[in-house]
Amino acid sequence: MTKRAFPNASSSAPFSRRLRQLASHTVLNFSLVVWALLVILPLIWLVYSSFKTDQEIFFEPWALPGALQWNNFARAWVSAYIGQYFLNSLKVVIPSLALTLALSSMTAYILARFRFPGNRALFYLFMAGMLFPIFLALVPLFFLAKELHLLNSFLGLTLVYTAYSLPFTIFFLTGFFKTLPSELHEAALIDGANEYQVFFRVMLPLAQPGLVAMAIFNFLGMWNQYILPLVLMSERDNYVLPQGLSFLLHQQYYKSDWSALFAALTIIMTPTLAVYAVFQSQIQKGVTVGALKG
Amino acid sequence: MSININRALAAFTKKKYHIIIPFTMPSLALFLVFVVYPYAQAMYFSLTKWRGLTPKPTYIGLANFEKLLGDAFFWNALKHNLIYLVSIPLITIVIALYLAFLLTHGRARFRKFYRITFFFPQVMSLVAIGVLWSFIYHPTIGILSSIAGFFGAPEPIAWLGNPDLALGAVGAVVIWQAVGFFVVLFIAGMDSIPASYYEAATIDGATRWDLFWKITLPLLWDTIRTALVFLAISATNMFAITQTMTQGGPNRSTDVLSTYVYERAFLSGKFGYATAVAVAMFLLAFTLSLLTMLATRRESVEY
Repeated sequence: MTKRAFPNASSSAPFSRRLRQLASHTVLNFSLVVWALLVILPLIWLVYSSFKTDQEIFFEPWALPGALQWNNFARAWVSAYIGQYFLNSLKVVIPSLALTLALSSMTAYILARFRFPGNRALFYLFMAGMLFPIFLALVPLFFLAKELHLLNSFLGLTLVYTAYSLPFTIFFLTGFFKTLPSELHEAALIDGANEYQVFFRVMLPLAQPGLVAMAIFNFLGMWNQYILPLVLMSERDNYVLPQGLSFLLHQQYYKSDWSALFAALTIIMTPTLAVYAVFQSQIQKGVTVGALKG
Repeated sequence: MSININRALAAFTKKKYHIIIPFTMPSLALFLVFVVYPYAQAMYFSLTKWRGLTPKPTYIGLANFEKLLGDAFFWNALKHNLIYLVSIPLITIVIALYLAFLLTHGRARFRKFYRITFFFPQVMSLVAIGVLWSFIYHPTIGILSSIAGFFGAPEPIAWLGNPDLALGAVGAVVIWQAVGFFVVLFIAGMDSIPASYYEAATIDGATRWDLFWKITLPLLWDTIRTALVFLAISATNMFAITQTMTQGGPNRSTDVLSTYVYERAFLSGKFGYATAVAVAMFLLAFTLSLLTMLATRRESVEY
């Protein structure tokens, strides 16, 4: 057996074995520490840099701020419009999320639990929506929105976000509703509930874990969405957060207010970081479900 | 025929349709209008010439695709997608597997801390990440430049301003962002492998290296395949990060198909041609996920 390279390592050579263990532990921890630093250091640097003056940012990139420039944050929020972009994002994401969850849960429930001609066809039609990259739809979508007077409209962006979130959400929730016991459905009907009551009072509460996973998954996708608003929201007053941030960066190359931009990025990341710190395990589950659809 | 209609009518008046119709129609309507219709129209638009000034596009057959074959900018963008496609999935998966294996079998302390930290870039928007790394790569304000200076670089390096470095610099950010996601995914997969397999192998004298190659890798193959498809698809996109960090520059050295589509359509107003490029992009993504599925279709081990 070639594998037994050190058959008696534990008894005859405890010291060398411990040494090997120590070495391998060091390497192991070292790799983990290196990657953790690679993730954390840029964020720490960003946060403390956002308290510096432009001068300090330019001439001493590593140094800590001399005095805390809270003013950077005020400029980012007001003059750089981060506050407005933030509100705009909320104005699109909240209704989109509500609409996506409402429509998807209803449709998924029907597809999972009712037999009718066309059930499978409908399911696969929705699934086909996941096959195509969004870039293929961009040009027609732009002109469609233009014709419907939905350019630069929060309603328009909400409808588009919802439409593109339906396929995966329906797919996921259909699977979820299928796992719920059908006895409950029958029992509720026998008790005199109508189909609507069964759905809203019995099935929907049972589907809560699935809805939470989909709420997280879609929230992140919508909050971070960039290409759709870029095409459908051309007026600066209507920019959502990622769009506004990107605009701000490109503006810096001729209008230098780096300290406000650092502050803007810190403002944007802080709520994400806070929410993530609290809900990290649900978020990890919610996001990774996307990969398990295969 | 009339019987069929009667039967259909009878069916529609059945009680269950009182819930089926109102519960499916709104989703279906929204989906048909904003998803199906644009995709169908895209197929037609790719066969037209349209600058958006005339009310209707002009049908020109396959001329856009002929033009595509001779378009150096298209091939340039495609080349960058292909470079990403080979490098990003490979590097990301190797790093993620390594870290996930260490976290599952290494008796490391602070496991939860590492998992939470590694995953964090995944919840940030790609635009925010792009802006952050634009700072880091910046020749004067960025920290990377002074690190390079410490190691003897004579002058500040413009990571994103140098056509030879920019593509790698952007790709590295995507890897930085993606690794944590796959660490979490792989840990979930590794945790579901019965511990008794490892115990048995360890009794037989297997090293950790053996455990990884003989047990973990084969049993994780399905998850790795999913990861490959995921990363391959994202390597055909790359829009948010590229548009934020370089907008395809300098000198088109980081241009990818998605930024090229966006530029042709919304900056140059060549809507028909841009859609043809998008069709090519779709074919690439589609073929790739198909190929990845086939090529990695080794029998997955049942356990």
